[in-house]
Amino acid sequence: MRATQTRAVGSPGTPGGAAITSPPPASGGLPAGRRIRSTQWAAMAFAAPLIVYLVAFYAFPLYRNIELSVHDYTIRAFVQGNAEFVGLANYADIITSQTFLPALRNTALFTAVSIAFQYTIGLGLAVFFRNNFRLSGVLRGMFLIPWLLPLIVSASTWSWMLNSDSGIVNSVLQAFGIGQINWLTSPGMALVSVIIANIWLGIPFNLVILYSGLQNISPDIYEAASLDGASGWKRFWYITFPLLRPVSAITLLLGLIYTLKVVDVIWIMTTGGPGDVSTTLAVWSYREAFGTGQPAFSPASAVGNLLILIALAFGVLYLYVQRREDVS
Amino acid sequence: MIRLAKSARVMAFVGVVALSGAALTACSSAGNSSGTASTGGGTYTWWDPYPQHDASSDWAKRVDACGTAAGVTIKRTAYDTTALTNQALLSAQERTSPDVILLDNPAVSTLADTGMLNTTQELGLDTSSIDKNLLAAGVVKDKTYGIPIGANTLALYYNKKILDAVGVDPATITSWASLTAALAKVKAAGHKGITFAGIGTEEGSFQFLPWFWGAGANLKQLDSSQAVAAVTLWKDWLAKGYAPNSVITNSQNTTWEEFLTGNFAFGENGTWQVDSAAKAGFPTGIIQIPAENGGAAPAPTGGEFLTAPVQKATGRYATTKKIINCMTTTDGQVKTATTFAYYIPPTAAGQQQLLAQKPDLKAWVDAVKSAKGRTSDNLGTDYPKISQAMWTGVQKALSGSLSPKDALVGAQQAALKATR
Repeated sequence: MRATQTRAVGSPGTPGGAAITSPPPASGGLPAGRRIRSTQWAAMAFAAPLIVYLVAFYAFPLYRNIELSVHDYTIRAFVQGNAEFVGLANYADIITSQTFLPALRNTALFTAVSIAFQYTIGLGLAVFFRNNFRLSGVLRGMFLIPWLLPLIVSASTWSWMLNSDSGIVNSVLQAFGIGQINWLTSPGMALVSVIIANIWLGIPFNLVILYSGLQNISPDIYEAASLDGASGWKRFWYITFPLLRPVSAITLLLGLIYTLKVVDVIWIMTTGGPGDVSTTLAVWSYREAFGTGQPAFSPASAVGNLLILIALAFGVLYLYVQRREDVS
Repeated sequence: MIRLAKSARVMAFVGVVALSGAALTACSSAGNSSGTASTGGGTYTWWDPYPQHDASSDWAKRVDACGTAAGVTIKRTAYDTTALTNQALLSAQERTSPDVILLDNPAVSTLADTGMLNTTQELGLDTSSIDKNLLAAGVVKDKTYGIPIGANTLALYYNKKILDAVGVDPATITSWASLTAALAKVKAAGHKGITFAGIGTEEGSFQFLPWFWGAGANLKQLDSSQAVAAVTLWKDWLAKGYAPNSVITNSQNTTWEEFLTGNFAFGENGTWQVDSAAKAGFPTGIIQIPAENGGAAPAPTGGEFLTAPVQKATGRYATTKKIINCMTTTDGQVKTATTFAYYIPPTAAGQQQLLAQKPDLKAWVDAVKSAKGRTSDNLGTDYPKISQAMWTGVQKALSGSLSPKDALVGAQQAALKATR
């Protein structure tokens, strides 16, 4: 019924004529040369604000970013609007810069380690909170605090706690006889410190999403499993974990894209670390554009575009995995 | 189906109208706030980096008074210093620059290079009575692009209680060797030696420059043996425990907080802490930062320049000139000095008047007279890039990733690459 109605709206006058002269168009398709029907106008009117929004806030900034990176935007060129076109020279400059490999390595380490720990701890806590004990709601609420606090508050507090001489972490460690660790100022520990702070910040997000994913697993399956004699660990590994796969996939993807972009935590704690030790690609891009007395927009946007490509690669990977899941 | 199409059309129409209405209102209100500069009718825009002085402060009232004296109303906006440079660039790109901007002195040559600032000559402003060393930061290729409202600089504050306890007379500290010896005595007595800001931002460069220049090094040659000596001085202090490890991430504010705890014998900080030092829980004093082999090291100048960006309506310059002249009279300079506790006035007359009011600022006036602009020596727009390379090198050396020599060689390479 619905199909014929659509065909009646979108095809030429006589259905018979349509069958002979041209194949019926797909619903919403337009036979060549026909004027647009009223429902198509309605559809376009609905889509128009969204398209305007997408063009203004997604397409235009992307275009501008690419344009910034293929021209040489010195400050003078920025003000006078006469930047020279340099093609891929900015990309060549950043790839051959001595900050590139450290930044790439730090980004990989920062993202991989943060996600691994955030996910594992979030999952553990979510499974823990499945048993509704008294005050579990309050405790779960308190675990949300890292997510709710403004980042500048959390990052500043972590900086104070990790201060080499007067931070509380070192005081506690010294009480146990461990020597002074220069958390934020030594080349070995700066990256570790920002990773620790970032893990703390990311746990609530994972906890909330995985917890709601767990709610969707029917308790009947667990009953059946325990009737078959499955222990706690086996229940988790063979039931909970596989059934959580779609939720895990989206949590990991969102966490990854978010972590790739983290600037504020690292900037407030170490401004990219002594030298380049805790500089990630995002921090490098920010530093080039806003962190020095001479904004260098072209290299910054080149680094930014690299970051977009990396995030895009992971997005495509996620879609591929999703499609395989749907097919199987 | 047809009824649905019609009501859908109506809804869509209403939706588009509502959205366009919202968009237009947003555009027009945004347009209003940035368009005041060109509306004429007696409103002049003024940007400065003093958000701590709000509309009810003495500073704002003085600005308004100068506007009224020139026959116009001044609309003042205060930004954070780094944001101000970016805002100035954006407004210049859009050709909607304000009439007056107070720019941090190292940024003046950068913005002048873009062509967005008028020279003082074009405006008919007289800069002959301004101290040359303070004016230098605003001079690019023999043209002056602004007038300093005052300058502050760095010195070594000392904790008199600790120095008396260990028997060190601050007047004897006139070289690096004597300073390091004093630090050794202080540490041996169980106190902490010296604190400064070595953070990886312009503040770190600012605090490192007196030692860098005091060794005789030049910003065009970051890997000279004198430069290596300066970095080695700081590194040795860290290694021997005379300076705390936190200096690597200290800002100047944090350094001051550390000094105020009373545990440190010396703290490197600037004129702006004079009042806070007077209120500290222990007696304090200052000495000039010593050069390597004796005498006072040249310290960098802080402080802003009054600049007049290029406007489409050139008729506005006459009033802009009156406003700037009003803010820079000798009395005005002294009032600015006390508002910003303490910008030393850039003219001899202003300095004398300030000293008549506050004679204990003599040491600071001397310090400012021997201070140096960071963008002088014809560095101009190269300075920010060299500064970035320098603070990165200092950070690597202090944190131990590289030896001082290797760190500075790397810094010089980076600086050359960035300034070619």
